Amino acid sequence: MTALPQAAPNQKKLGLVIDLDTCVGCQACATSCKEWNDGGAASGPLTDVDPYGKDPYGPWLNRVHSYDVGEGDTSRTVHFPRSCLHCETPACVTVCPTGASYKRAEDGIVLVNPETCIGCKLCSWACPYGAREYDTSGGVMKKCTLCVDRIYNTHLEPQDRQPACVKACPTGARHFGDLGDADSAVSKLVRERGGFDLLPAIGYQPVNKYLPPRARRDVTTAAPSPVAAHDRPAPQPDGTPIERLFSWADRLLSR
Amino acid sequence: MNPAYSVIFFTTASGAGYGLLAWLVALAVIGDAPAPGEIPWTWLAAHAVAFVLVSAGLLASTAHLGHPERAWRAFSQWRTSWLSREGVLAVLTFLPWLLHVAAGAGFGASGRGLTLVAGAAAAGGALATVWCTGMIYQSLPTIRAWHQPLVAPIYVLLSLATGGVLALAGLAWFGAATPWAAGLVIVLVALSGALKMRYWRQVDTAGRSYTAGAATGLGRYGAVRVLDPPHTQANFVMREMGFVVARKHARRLRRLAALLLFVAPLACLAALVGTMAVASPPVASGGPGMAPVAAASLALLATVCGVVVERWLFFAEAQHVVTLFYGADRA
Repeated sequence: MTALPQAAPNQKKLGLVIDLDTCVGCQACATSCKEWNDGGAASGPLTDVDPYGKDPYGPWLNRVHSYDVGEGDTSRTVHFPRSCLHCETPACVTVCPTGASYKRAEDGIVLVNPETCIGCKLCSWACPYGAREYDTSGGVMKKCTLCVDRIYNTHLEPQDRQPACVKACPTGARHFGDLGDADSAVSKLVRERGGFDLLPAIGYQPVNKYLPPRARRDVTTAAPSPVAAHDRPAPQPDGTPIERLFSWADRLLSR
Repeated sequence: MNPAYSVIFFTTASGAGYGLLAWLVALAVIGDAPAPGEIPWTWLAAHAVAFVLVSAGLLASTAHLGHPERAWRAFSQWRTSWLSREGVLAVLTFLPWLLHVAAGAGFGASGRGLTLVAGAAAAGGALATVWCTGMIYQSLPTIRAWHQPLVAPIYVLLSLATGGVLALAGLAWFGAATPWAAGLVIVLVALSGALKMRYWRQVDTAGRSYTAGAATGLGRYGAVRVLDPPHTQANFVMREMGFVVARKHARRLRRLAALLLFVAPLACLAALVGTMAVASPPVASGGPGMAPVAAASLALLATVCGVVVERWLFFAEAQHVVTLFYGADRA
């Protein structure tokens, strides 16, 4: 049913918190996502057409952009992973004519039922985040499942019951948890770091949050040192034999 | 947005077919019931044309589906989805439509009441279906050019205008065009033209409020420029939603659409009214004269070409918000 489920009080809202400060743009989240979900029960296969040819084409559920932000000395590189934000009021669900696109009442995960999707692509038009990619070989829409086949999977060790992208991130830039629980680690992180929504004006109320890059701490932002380097007193010779040797060599070479 | 040919064909052909249906119902309401035993062949043929246009369009609309065999599932989500509502209404409209045609052709004067009630339901269903088509686009906040209050009204008006030109051409071919029928079609073509112009003005002047800075949340640090794309080849998102026609071409095509869809048909229809005024009553023997037929046919030809250009532009000019992630600075 593509009508959205009624949000309960203390509604569980599983999602990701992505730290734009520590993301290094290594693509590990994107490739591990592709690998898990290609074989995964919830969304696979993610077939690539012409994978080793001139124009490879196929669905990926996570894409990592790299941006150059700001001007001159204060500009910075920001790597920006983009995937489904599992919105609270997603139009990709309500526009679906068949009920294949749905939002789970129990945890808020947005999924596509590949058995009933007709591949009309309207959901991809409704998504401002480009989170849905059409699978030409399967004729159905594919999207991030929040690794629903990992996070509840009792065949996996408890520490592995996390989305593949979170497990793969080498810098710990991706955090998974319940954003509906104000006391969860991810909710605290969002509060402490000023986590924000993408395109809030569209009104879909994304669950996933992004943490902004921290303020720079380098030569462009550091307060000027009280004594500039060239004003510091030059070190005085202390008269040891090795230093006298170097002074002699210095004089000899300076002639 | 990528202008898919199947969707352009569907919206223009079904739109004209539904418009023609509405006009045929109107003609049945105004006209006399056929004499007992007389079969109104031309009226039936006109309905057949509308039926072929609507059905061919609906069938074409399933051509872009990944799983056309599952299309029946699209009737289930009418509570939330305009696409589902469109499908439900399209199928429901066939019932009163068939009843209207059967009663009108078979029962003569005795079935007059049934003909009119079924006809009103069919015409209402036809226009409601087109309204739903427009609302599929108008309801999307991700595409500024579509998220405008005039989109669905223009879809309905263009359906009536294109169907009206088609109906009038048919009447003219059989020497049955009347000045007031031509006048009504002229009013609808002019009205849809005026609204389309107004729509283009609104789209051009409305602020493009979404920025790359807002999309990424990085605007607070300054301008956001693409450093590295996430993939080397165009993905689905770029192919489907990254298509935007160059502004220079869009201007020319808009002028072409306005000329073909509004100016030329209006001129031809005015000429048609003129020939009727001169040769009234219609030429008694040998059917209609050449002039009205030529004028109505030219109007139809221009309208067909014009509505295809208009619909292609409707898609090709629309910029999706997701392009902000791929280097567009505003959307």
